Amino acid sequence: MKRAMAALPILIALIFGAFFLWGLNPDRDPNAIPSVLISQSAPDFDLPAIEGIGAPGLSRQDLTGSAEPVVVNVFASWCVPCRAEHAVLTRMVERDGVRLFGINYKDKPEDARAWLENLGNPYERIGSDLNGRAGIEWGISGVPETFIVAGDGTVLYRYVGPVVGAEAEEKFATALAQARTRSGGNS
Amino acid sequence: MIPEIGHFALALALCIALVQSVLPMLGAARGNALWMRSARSSAIAQLVFIGIAFAALMHAFVVSDFTVANVVENSHSLKPMLFKVAGTWGSHEGSLLLWVLILAAFGAGVALFGSNIPDALKARTLSVQAWISTGFLSFLLLTSNPFERVFPPPQDGNDLNPLLQDVGLAMHPPLLYFGYVGFSIVFSFAVAALIEGRVDAAWARWVRPWTLAAWMSLTAGIALGSWWAYYELGWGGWWFWDPVENVSFMPWLLGTALLHSAIVTEKRDAFKSWTILLAILTFSLSLLGTFIVRSGLLTSVHAFAVDPERGLYILGLLGVSIGGSLTLYAWRAPAMEGGGLFAPVSREAGLLINNLLLATATGTVLFGTLYPLFMEALSGDKVSVGPPFFNATFVPMMLPLVVMMGIGPFLSWKRADLKGVFQRLRFVAVLAGLAGLATWYVARGGPVLAYLSVAIAVWLLVATLREWAVRIRLFDVPMAETIRRARNLPRAAHGMTLAHAGLAIAMFGFVGSSAWKSEEIVFVQPGFVIEIAGFDVRFDGVERVGGPNYMADRGTLAVSREGEFVTTLYPERRSYPVAQSTTTESAIRSTLAGDLYASLAEPASETAADQGAWTLRILYEPLVNFIWIGAVMLVLGGGLSLSDRRLRVGAPRRASRSEPVATPAE
Repeated sequence: MKRAMAALPILIALIFGAFFLWGLNPDRDPNAIPSVLISQSAPDFDLPAIEGIGAPGLSRQDLTGSAEPVVVNVFASWCVPCRAEHAVLTRMVERDGVRLFGINYKDKPEDARAWLENLGNPYERIGSDLNGRAGIEWGISGVPETFIVAGDGTVLYRYVGPVVGAEAEEKFATALAQARTRSGGNS
Repeated sequence: MIPEIGHFALALALCIALVQSVLPMLGAARGNALWMRSARSSAIAQLVFIGIAFAALMHAFVVSDFTVANVVENSHSLKPMLFKVAGTWGSHEGSLLLWVLILAAFGAGVALFGSNIPDALKARTLSVQAWISTGFLSFLLLTSNPFERVFPPPQDGNDLNPLLQDVGLAMHPPLLYFGYVGFSIVFSFAVAALIEGRVDAAWARWVRPWTLAAWMSLTAGIALGSWWAYYELGWGGWWFWDPVENVSFMPWLLGTALLHSAIVTEKRDAFKSWTILLAILTFSLSLLGTFIVRSGLLTSVHAFAVDPERGLYILGLLGVSIGGSLTLYAWRAPAMEGGGLFAPVSREAGLLINNLLLATATGTVLFGTLYPLFMEALSGDKVSVGPPFFNATFVPMMLPLVVMMGIGPFLSWKRADLKGVFQRLRFVAVLAGLAGLATWYVARGGPVLAYLSVAIAVWLLVATLREWAVRIRLFDVPMAETIRRARNLPRAAHGMTLAHAGLAIAMFGFVGSSAWKSEEIVFVQPGFVIEIAGFDVRFDGVERVGGPNYMADRGTLAVSREGEFVTTLYPERRSYPVAQSTTTESAIRSTLAGDLYASLAEPASETAADQGAWTLRILYEPLVNFIWIGAVMLVLGGGLSLSDRRLRVGAPRRASRSEPVATPAE
């Protein structure tokens, strides 16, 4: 009995250790919140354009139709990380030919306009989500968030936070490449 | 050149640690005095070389040597000097270097000041300490070299997170580490005792000062950290049950249990295997904390450079040290004989209940902290465990503990006279009940638990003072006699009184600021008045001001009470262009009765018509300052106890190891 009691701590420690070992799996991200949208059809939404920027508004229909997957980025001029992400997105469009759509989340049109004039506009279309309704439909937890949507309107991937830094960009590029092979296989 | 010297010194320290791991241990086994004594010089040499490495890194930070990668990432030439220095331990690598520095300091401390400890035990203890430093020094050198160079060197650094530019925070890691790592020496003592197969009263007395020193620093470190979260982060709270807070709190809880169980081992030669287990587990929890913070195992508000590979290495270290020591425990502990017997009502029994409650509370916090991981592993579900769980489980365990704290010191060893104790405490109980009722009469709101807690805190405070008064026979005998008695009373007894009273004081703060806190989050335009806790707070707008390395939006709030002007508060939101981040500087009017706390949230500029409107957060936290006062009393109490003659370095040994220690009757 006494012996068993004395061995109890080490047994408990071993069980804890097994859990820790499992928890260290590099693919596991404790901050990741699984999106209910993944593999689901993209939500229905129809957003007007931001006045005076030249890019048209955005609705669900605009995402579908082409064989290639498209990228939907939720951004705002008041969001500091978005500014950092802007350069990455611009590079993706110019270098990799990604089709990029924007949802301008809870942003004053004049601020958004000034921001885009200042930094340049990489977006093909931008919907102005002034009241945050579309943001709720997409289930975002903050800004920025970036989605990859297949040609048939299925949401394939969601990235929470700015796609900035080697690791994040690598992750996103991998997801995009996978999405492209998937659509290539389908068509 | 200097960074290379630091790197080289670190490698030398590892070599010394390797020798120290083996030689004294072998010497103790073979009875070779020379080998045993080598531990003394090697422990000191280790400290010197790690000290050189630390100084080299600090030098790189002070002169802003941007050829060192660590400096580039964590410093900036425009930063104030104090924070350049603090940048030394601001990163993963630097803080780990501080970790091993403190580890070596405790080893050298035992080598230098432990002259009353027998050679064999000292040699084994220092060898075990060297095992730990071997593990962490190799971790540092192999995976996290703080002296890595960059080429070409950049023009300037990337700044330290501006949130971290605060004096409280600059001091927080060193103190916390002192406590965390300080328990390593207690662990080493325990493992050495297990290897020797002998634990007795003398052992407990040798270990006590080190436990006390570690416990004091951990207490101070935790209090500073929570003070920082409260004043600097603008969160308007002092404890959030965040995983990283919890991992520093668990060693504190268990270390407190150890502090008390070691008394029983010292005075009554009982609870031996339990004390050893606590010593092992306390440091294991410190290691677990290091692991969780640096591996990114759990999601937390405290970010550190997260790297799964490093996590794996630390897990390996954990496996060896915790697994090894607990296996040794399973093997050796059953052979340990129980010491003195005691009646169900006695000081021993009181301390036993104290230990059971503290250990259960630690287990609860551990379970709550790791539950999300367990759930995710077993079912794939993501859950988070928040304050409601901890408040619902932890608080009900602490209240009986505090009730016991009032009674415990009145109980005598072996067998206590419960009736006599109750007679003495009757008056205290009545006073506590009245205090609870009075609070209810004044506050007229808040949960029942809050009144109960106030009553219990008063109970602890008065009972503690009464016990102290009984000992020095205050008002019973002429004042001169009382003073003489107070002077003759061991400092440890004064220390206990101070620390227990400190906890009671802190409890007022805990209860006041959680049960009767008022909070307003409002959308205001200039001229708007907010009423909170009897104050009228008028918002007079926001202006833009410049600082040394930031720009700030500074709000002006005029505070008055019943028409009388009280003060003006200036909460700020600062943005740091270099680090590209913003911080909130709350403005606080701090008094003993409570803190009026204001922070600027966001400019609420949805439409152009609302220009100049902001979201403001105003809080009133009654009695919150009692928390820090109580924490200071806890630390001072520990310090008084540490200065007790019985523990003083170089004090003549009272008893040889073979006889039980004679303690004066109380």
